[in-house]
Amino acid sequence: MTTQTSLRQPPRVSGGEGENGHLAELSEDPIALMARVRAECGDVGEFTIGSKDVVLLTGADANEFYFRAPEEQLDQAEAYPFMTPIFGKGVVFDASPERRREMMHNQALRDKFMRGHAATISDEVESMVAGWDDEGEIDLLSFFAELTIYTSSACLIGKRFRNQLDGRFAELYHDLEKGTDPIAYVDPYAPIESFRRRDEARVALVALVQAIMDGRAGAPPAPDGEADLLDVLMSIRNEDGSERFSADTVTGMFISMMFAGHHTTSGTAAWTLIELLRHPHEMEAVNQELDELYADGSEVSFQALREIPRLESALKEALRLHPPLILLLRVAMEDLTYGDFTIAAGKMVGASPAICNRIPEDFPEPDAFVPSRYLEGREEDRANPWTWIPFGAGRHRCVGAAFAMMQLKAIFSVLLQGWEFEAAQPLDSYRNDHSKMVVQLQQPCRVRYRRRVAQ
Amino acid sequence: MRIVVDRDLCQGHAACEGEAPDVFSVSKKGELTLLNPTPSEEQRAAVELAVKYCPTHALRIEED
Repeated sequence: MTTQTSLRQPPRVSGGEGENGHLAELSEDPIALMARVRAECGDVGEFTIGSKDVVLLTGADANEFYFRAPEEQLDQAEAYPFMTPIFGKGVVFDASPERRREMMHNQALRDKFMRGHAATISDEVESMVAGWDDEGEIDLLSFFAELTIYTSSACLIGKRFRNQLDGRFAELYHDLEKGTDPIAYVDPYAPIESFRRRDEARVALVALVQAIMDGRAGAPPAPDGEADLLDVLMSIRNEDGSERFSADTVTGMFISMMFAGHHTTSGTAAWTLIELLRHPHEMEAVNQELDELYADGSEVSFQALREIPRLESALKEALRLHPPLILLLRVAMEDLTYGDFTIAAGKMVGASPAICNRIPEDFPEPDAFVPSRYLEGREEDRANPWTWIPFGAGRHRCVGAAFAMMQLKAIFSVLLQGWEFEAAQPLDSYRNDHSKMVVQLQQPCRVRYRRRVAQ
Repeated sequence: MRIVVDRDLCQGHAACEGEAPDVFSVSKKGELTLLNPTPSEEQRAAVELAVKYCPTHALRIEED
């Protein structure tokens, strides 16, 4: 048995002498900071944001400890203060694992709804590209961010609501995502431009939702089978007959429902396309696979739920190299012991997909795009369940992972079957903007498209 | 063979029930029940698919 005296504090990484500790570095180059923690301190190391110490755990053993810890030990309720002004007070960031399990079974992510979702997504991609000429140029961030607003609202809230949205909703939503500077750990309402825009965007979104609600309140009810989540919420009344949910509350609920699946899917779609453009032989393999798969005229809604090995491997490899969330956080609710280390109650505890997905012992050639590492026989994702963590792991693993993979397969089935793409800027100039906690592509991030001619 | 469930990992996706409904049952609340913790050889193929397609890798087979 370990005695109290043999426990030590996690070692602290170099740097961070300024007023807010490592905050400045976290805003500039968070991956370099976290890589230095692992290089200098090993599996357990510490850095500081504002007045908060963050214990960063990396590697399979430490990650297993992290991802298996129950809520009573590692809680995420207070780990993401930058989300509160976005969702609105009183809208929780995440539910308990038990509640999540129930929700998944009762709601839109359920297996039996997946086929309908796949058809919806494929229709949404078709309608986005319907406006394209035979050739042209798009900005990857704008394109995929708008597309995934439509797909997630259609699948999670309903088509009736989706059809009342246009590009304005996507633009405002994007302003919310851009209002996630890590200074929120010091003050979520700090007087900075991106937070001001964030708060204005939320007000404008509530106004859009209010207008939709007003329109419905004065109109006949939705035709049979077309009622959506908004109709359901509007039908719930207080005892005095007034509406139970205000536009503000409804907007907060919708923002939070869509949040987890939005920038994540949008970024992964963009990075998959970029990596395929950087690796033409992989693009060719995926195109060939899709051509064979759809040669018999089968529907995307059918195939997107089945195995598409080359495409899936490319998606997984884009997720490994460019995980949408680079740092997952919890708060220690009690004093914890991991190995020889003690983690004091109140400290933040982090796990890093960006670092762990590239541990060379688990992923040979860690920085290279090698989709074949997932093919039969190698399966490096399954072999490393605690370090292949683009979706996290354990009880808080992304519940939308299966939906996300289906959605990405549907998106690329439509895009690559109909169009050819080519980079509109140097291939090494595409990069992420790491100045926000919600990581997104840095603009410009343009590609050219050309309609594919039947062979 | 014996089925081992890692309860820390199970999120109740019910993919296992889809593959091997005689062996796995997932309630409306997402709780997994093993209908048969020691399936027969005839059920092996289905159970192996359940293990393979479990999205959270919560299942494994232990040989006797």
